[in-house]
Amino acid sequence: MLSPVLRTLLSLLLLLASVSAVAVIEIAPLSSAELEARYRELLAELRCPKCQNQNLADSDSPIAADLREQVRALLEEGKSDDEVVAYLVDRYGDFVRYRPAVQSNTLVLWFGPAVLGVLALLAIVLVVRAYRRPRSATPDLSEAERRRLQQLLTEREDGGSGNP
Amino acid sequence: MSNLKLFVPFFVFLALALVLYKGLEKDPNELPSALIGRPVPAFSLPDLLNPGQFVDESVFQGEVTLLNVWATWCPSCRVEHPFLVDLANQGVRIVGMDYKDQDQLARDWLEQLGNPYAVTFTDASGKLGVDLGVFGAPETYLVDRGGVIRAKHVGVVNEQVWEQLGQTYRQLLLEPAP
Repeated sequence: MLSPVLRTLLSLLLLLASVSAVAVIEIAPLSSAELEARYRELLAELRCPKCQNQNLADSDSPIAADLREQVRALLEEGKSDDEVVAYLVDRYGDFVRYRPAVQSNTLVLWFGPAVLGVLALLAIVLVVRAYRRPRSATPDLSEAERRRLQQLLTEREDGGSGNP
Repeated sequence: MSNLKLFVPFFVFLALALVLYKGLEKDPNELPSALIGRPVPAFSLPDLLNPGQFVDESVFQGEVTLLNVWATWCPSCRVEHPFLVDLANQGVRIVGMDYKDQDQLARDWLEQLGNPYAVTFTDASGKLGVDLGVFGAPETYLVDRGGVIRAKHVGVVNEQVWEQLGQTYRQLLLEPAP
């Protein structure tokens, strides 16, 4: 069997696992499994206006509890998902959506990073190209200098003493 | 000319630095109210100090009013309270909304600390709070003579806040009744 130490550790681990993380304990379930599913999804999509980096599912604050109740009531009334979100946005503003809508004032938010990424890639390509440009044996000669070099080379071939 | 190209990264840095510097001034917790420019939502809630009577949105008609959301469980409200009493003594009309609180505690509080409110009503369930976009206390709305919300402040209203809010208040006073 396992050593006493290992056994203690194992039982502690099992104890820990038994306290499984339930985000929030709701008092009453919704009237149908479908509503329950939509409820869970909506809670994940809506931000707690007080604890602003938590969604309604995770937040412990009283306002989150109120809003969960509100979402539940709206769903039971037969409102669509869009109507529920609109209800909250109407009162708390766009910020209450975890995933902001794609509208004129969020275009920079949605597309900014991608645009910057493309620009960065472009810059990299251009720089690499500039560095990779083949370096000829006579890299930086002007036209006149090139001609003179040609002249010197042919002169040397033709005749000349062979002395440099 | 290629010298100028060398400066491109520097200019990009400058632009970015400017944007980020401006960002330092912004409060990430600031949540602009969705109700600015809209009338106070309709409601009918019990009057705290006159049991049996009810208050509705018409309480905001005809005068520029501060709507102060407060509660006895809110320590910041306690801090804010004396300043509100000051404002009331200066003639600012304040209507109190006792938010998700207990009536007797609220009455005791007003008796002990003074009552700056022309009228106080109770939103025990927090339903009007949701309609107003309230997410905590204290919060204060500035409502014009026509019952339209023109500004909102989340947090304690004190002298510093009143420097700005008071200006808006005085501007609204100059507006005629609808």
